[in-house]
Amino acid sequence: MTMRNLAPGLVVGLLFGGGLALSDMINPARVLAFLDIAGHWDPTLAFVMAGALLPSALGYLVARRMRRPLLAEELCIPESRTVETRLIAGAALFGMGWGLVGLCPGPAIAALGLGLWQPWLFVVAMLAGMALHRIVAAAPAADPLAVRPTSGEGS
Amino acid sequence: MAPLEPLSPLVGIAGGLLIGGAAALLLILSGRIAGVSGMAAAATRIADKGPPWTLAAAFVAGLPLGTWVVAAFVRGPDVNMASSVPMLVAAGLLVGFGTRLGNGCTSGHGVCGMARLSPRSIAATLTFMAAGFATVFVIRHGIGG
Repeated sequence: MTMRNLAPGLVVGLLFGGGLALSDMINPARVLAFLDIAGHWDPTLAFVMAGALLPSALGYLVARRMRRPLLAEELCIPESRTVETRLIAGAALFGMGWGLVGLCPGPAIAALGLGLWQPWLFVVAMLAGMALHRIVAAAPAADPLAVRPTSGEGS
Repeated sequence: MAPLEPLSPLVGIAGGLLIGGAAALLLILSGRIAGVSGMAAAATRIADKGPPWTLAAAFVAGLPLGTWVVAAFVRGPDVNMASSVPMLVAAGLLVGFGTRLGNGCTSGHGVCGMARLSPRSIAATLTFMAAGFATVFVIRHGIGG
């Protein structure tokens, strides 16, 4: 079981991180330049997203037609199609944090090996935010936006 | 802020192909969504559900390795990062809390969810993009120009 998870996890993580580094998405200045529509706008993030969506869509079409994944028992894809307040609120908070410094989870973790302290501080704060959500979500109806722990979706 | 050195669209697309190719590979091999916030939550056991720990931990470890490979063979990283401690902490907290509440980030919703035309992921991506644009606008052009 372990090797069936370790090897694909490592290879996929390496390719993913390599893609982020190659396209300069690990550089927050590049991401912020995309988000700064009123400044010196940089289109790179749009090219990266377009390049990523094509193989991602093809992979989905292939995976859906397979009886099961090559190294796992079943395809784990979120089936909910309901757009609820919790989803939008979460995405809005995430977008605000993203816009503050230009880091989202992938690039922040991919930048941990660069010898800079900033990605480490950001990732520690991010994990604290995740843990905080878990605590809030576990408290019975303390927050109407987070009455249930989140499912294993997306992310 | 000084304008960035432009990056060739082809390099951006090539990086995107790697990212999307990695997501496709994970789906075909392990049947899982390559969502980094979910992987990080599973790797640290903050989330109980989601991908197996070994898969998540290996994926998270692989991300900086990919950066090293590119730095060693393609292009040294020229990373320009905010260094205000309160800003980094506030941003990290928002990103961590928000991605758990909204079930995903740029990878899970943006790269994976949009590729299968999930209405939830499209709504989430439009929302975090809009929030990102608005936040940068306020910071760079709103308060004190």
